[in-house]
Amino acid sequence: MIFLYLFYTFFKIGLFGFGGGYAMLSLMQGEVVTKYNWVSSSEFTDIVAISQMTPGPIGINSATYVGYIAVANSGFSQPIAILGSITATFAVVLPSLILMIIISKFFLKFQKHPAVEAIFSGLRPGVVGLLASAALVLMDSENFGSFHTEKFQFFASIIIFMGAFVATFKYKANPIITIIICGVIGALIY
Amino acid sequence: MNFYLEAFSIFFKIGLFTIGGGYAMVPLIQNEVVDRKKWISKEDFIDLLAIAQSAPGVFAVNIAIFIGYKLRKKKGAVVMTLGTVLPSFLIILAIAIFFQQFKEFEIVEKIFKGIRPAVVALIAVPTFNMAKTINLNRYTIWIPIVSALLIYLLDVSPIYIIILSGTLGYLYGRYKRKKLTK
Repeated sequence: MIFLYLFYTFFKIGLFGFGGGYAMLSLMQGEVVTKYNWVSSSEFTDIVAISQMTPGPIGINSATYVGYIAVANSGFSQPIAILGSITATFAVVLPSLILMIIISKFFLKFQKHPAVEAIFSGLRPGVVGLLASAALVLMDSENFGSFHTEKFQFFASIIIFMGAFVATFKYKANPIITIIICGVIGALIY
Repeated sequence: MNFYLEAFSIFFKIGLFTIGGGYAMVPLIQNEVVDRKKWISKEDFIDLLAIAQSAPGVFAVNIAIFIGYKLRKKKGAVVMTLGTVLPSFLIILAIAIFFQQFKEFEIVEKIFKGIRPAVVALIAVPTFNMAKTINLNRYTIWIPIVSALLIYLLDVSPIYIIILSGTLGYLYGRYKRKKLTK
């Protein structure tokens, strides 16, 4: 049964994933963390970190990874979990395959159509909201430590968050280097 | 060399050696497909980027599908998609299997304790970058704010936000055009 749900979920993510890898991550988080609880919040951020640092598109990397972990967390053995990652990866690509083939046929006619332009004028601000919500939802005790029981980790996390934000937003630091530096900081201070 | 084999290996190579997501792959794809192989013209490639970006799904995969379809129809699209996806798939699978056992080490947990807040920051940054590029004004600024709050506070599925904001955009566009023609 989990395979059916995995396929359905990742097909939806592929179909509605407008606006690049990070927008897809916010859809993925909404489905696999909040709705189905297939992966925990901290597992999800680990998956994002690893997807960012490994070669290939983030959308594919995270789909493959989530597919594996979701099935493994449901108590299945390794070969079955591999099947989970195949299912998720295939399902996330399938809508693109169908839609892009249709779009390729019509090529430019499609993009300049006033209805399409109008849809995107609404979609873009919506996607900004999606991205914001993903960041908000992930600011939890699993990722930042608890204010009550893990004070040191909590405040250290806030400093790391602000440092990473300023470095990548203002100074355009490379995200991979940022992740590596923060990993080293973690190893040193905890 | 067989066309399919060549196309597959080009996209496989690009998928294998680009770290940092879809946008990092674009210059490599352009170098191979436009400059070296001359499979599509520079102008077509720019249009293709705009289309691949506005279509849903993974940016790099959309590019591969378009080029594959242009050259060899559906079979080409499938071969190039496989080439783009396979390296990621194999590498992540190896890591997923390995990392599950690896995670128990104390040092790995410490490293990830440091990484997690940084990843949340990396997800927050595109929010502001995108808000800047689409020129939100006082009429549109409420859309992202309301969407984010609906998802964060009321657990509304992000997919409904996509459907809703697209529909509202469409209706607004129709309303504007009707007003113009009057």
